[in-house]
Amino acid sequence: MSLKFKQQSILPGFGLSLGYTIFYLSLIVLIPLASVFAYAGRLNWEQFWTTVTSPRVLASYRLSFGASFIAAAVNAVFGLLVAWVLVRYQFRGRKFLDAIIDLPFALPTAVAGIALTAVYAPTGWLGGFLEPLGIKTAFAPAGVVIALTFTGLPFVVRTVQPVLADLSKENEDAAASLGATRIQVFKRIIFPEIFPSVLTGSALAFARAVGEYGSVVFISGNMPMKTEITPLLIITKLEQFDYAGATAIAVVMLVISFAMLLIINLLQRWVARNQF
Amino acid sequence: MSIKNIKYYKHSKISGESRPAKWTLITIAVLFLCLFLLLPLAAVFAEALRNGFRAYFSSFTDHDTISAIRLTLITATITVPLNLVFGVAAAWAIAKFEFRGKGILITLIDLPFAVSPVVSGLVFVLLFGLNGWFGPWLVEHNIKIIFAIPGIVLATIFVTFPFIARELIPLMQSQGTEEEQAALVLGAGGWRTFFKITLPNIKWGLLYGVILCNARAIGEFGAVSVVSGHIRGQTNTVPLHIEILYNEYNFVGAFAVASLLTMLAFLTLAIKSFIEWKSAENLQECSDGSNRS
Repeated sequence: MSLKFKQQSILPGFGLSLGYTIFYLSLIVLIPLASVFAYAGRLNWEQFWTTVTSPRVLASYRLSFGASFIAAAVNAVFGLLVAWVLVRYQFRGRKFLDAIIDLPFALPTAVAGIALTAVYAPTGWLGGFLEPLGIKTAFAPAGVVIALTFTGLPFVVRTVQPVLADLSKENEDAAASLGATRIQVFKRIIFPEIFPSVLTGSALAFARAVGEYGSVVFISGNMPMKTEITPLLIITKLEQFDYAGATAIAVVMLVISFAMLLIINLLQRWVARNQF
Repeated sequence: MSIKNIKYYKHSKISGESRPAKWTLITIAVLFLCLFLLLPLAAVFAEALRNGFRAYFSSFTDHDTISAIRLTLITATITVPLNLVFGVAAAWAIAKFEFRGKGILITLIDLPFAVSPVVSGLVFVLLFGLNGWFGPWLVEHNIKIIFAIPGIVLATIFVTFPFIARELIPLMQSQGTEEEQAALVLGAGGWRTFFKITLPNIKWGLLYGVILCNARAIGEFGAVSVVSGHIRGQTNTVPLHIEILYNEYNFVGAFAVASLLTMLAFLTLAIKSFIEWKSAENLQECSDGSNRS
């Protein structure tokens, strides 16, 4: 391995472009993020620990992580199904559906939040239908799951789609001509190939869901201990000028985000290795 | 997310689902998408038009709505160009040169996507807020960042930071450096090479990144909510204004303003599909060309 930092090139502008990249990255991202940890350093360990393990905060982790996990699981199943339908079948309206998958990326989260609330509130189109059956969706944990399923929807579809499209058909044909049923072919041949990408997509959806705020706060009802997500608690603490408390919870969330980032990177490497 | 070019499947005669199985799967997928995507969309317009067109249009004459729209446009106009220049610089350094620590640099650029929007806002409160690192100094010099427009712009830049860079890096990596090297050998200067060779090659990826960055800059809620202070007519962006109208039970007003952002989301998706179609066409032409030669 060469000890030189950069390999020779006749292209100009390396110093300028890398210098500017590092300068802007530090200014906008690195220094601000470091300030959270520096601020947390002002707290002593006991203060920090009692804040991040108080009953109300613990209840919010349970809701945020539980609902994110369920939403990611729902997206894993239905995202795979949608990706399958979009890649493998020709039907009218397919192009439209394919384009609209990215809606949760393009639609502002606050708009998604009030729209979902309008649909699932007791007076709404679906809420009015579910409420008499005893199923509470809006202003209950189920509402949080619905909102997070919406925001995470594109992740699984968009990670699985290209892998599914690149899958070679010969193995399926060979298995079928040797007498395997369609279910067997799916279980033994297709699923092992696409499983890493389903997992990556779900992990991305989960990571996004844990920090999600805008689409959730309208539909959740925000009752302490019951339907309060962790990002909302940070805002509540800030509104009470409890910077230390807000920072402590933010540090927990940041550490979890970075851990998720690491896991997702490893998963993506796994997907890349499985593809050839 | 990068520009996707997906080949669609030719169906094989040997293996494949039976017709009923196929249509069952299509029906479930369509129902799922209707339930989660189309129904909420329809609800936005139904609620906005609940009291008729007159009430709908009068929502936009409200003074606070107009100033919220103005602030959002200002924010996007500052944010997108700054992140555009950064994205091009980062992609040039990362895609055109080999140096150590590149992988770490790419991960660091992606960081803002991993951070909760609320934490993204909090970060700037801890820096510039009253009790923050620079708080006392800012008060002394009478500079307002938090609960003012600079804070909103900073939080938006942070949240949309990776969009353009992560679109351009893989694109420019796949294009290599031969064309630029040829231009330089023939005597073109660095900037001339960039504007005549590199920029035309990346224009679709650039536009793709810009529209995604713009959509997020206009729609950002969590981060902006933390730093804005929600001062009506002054520090309210469009999404924050929707929240206020909604919490005041002015549902028609909230959904009318929301319908504007929904139409913008449609426009974003339409441009996105157009770019995907266009770049698929380019790929097709390239492969046709290489087949012929």
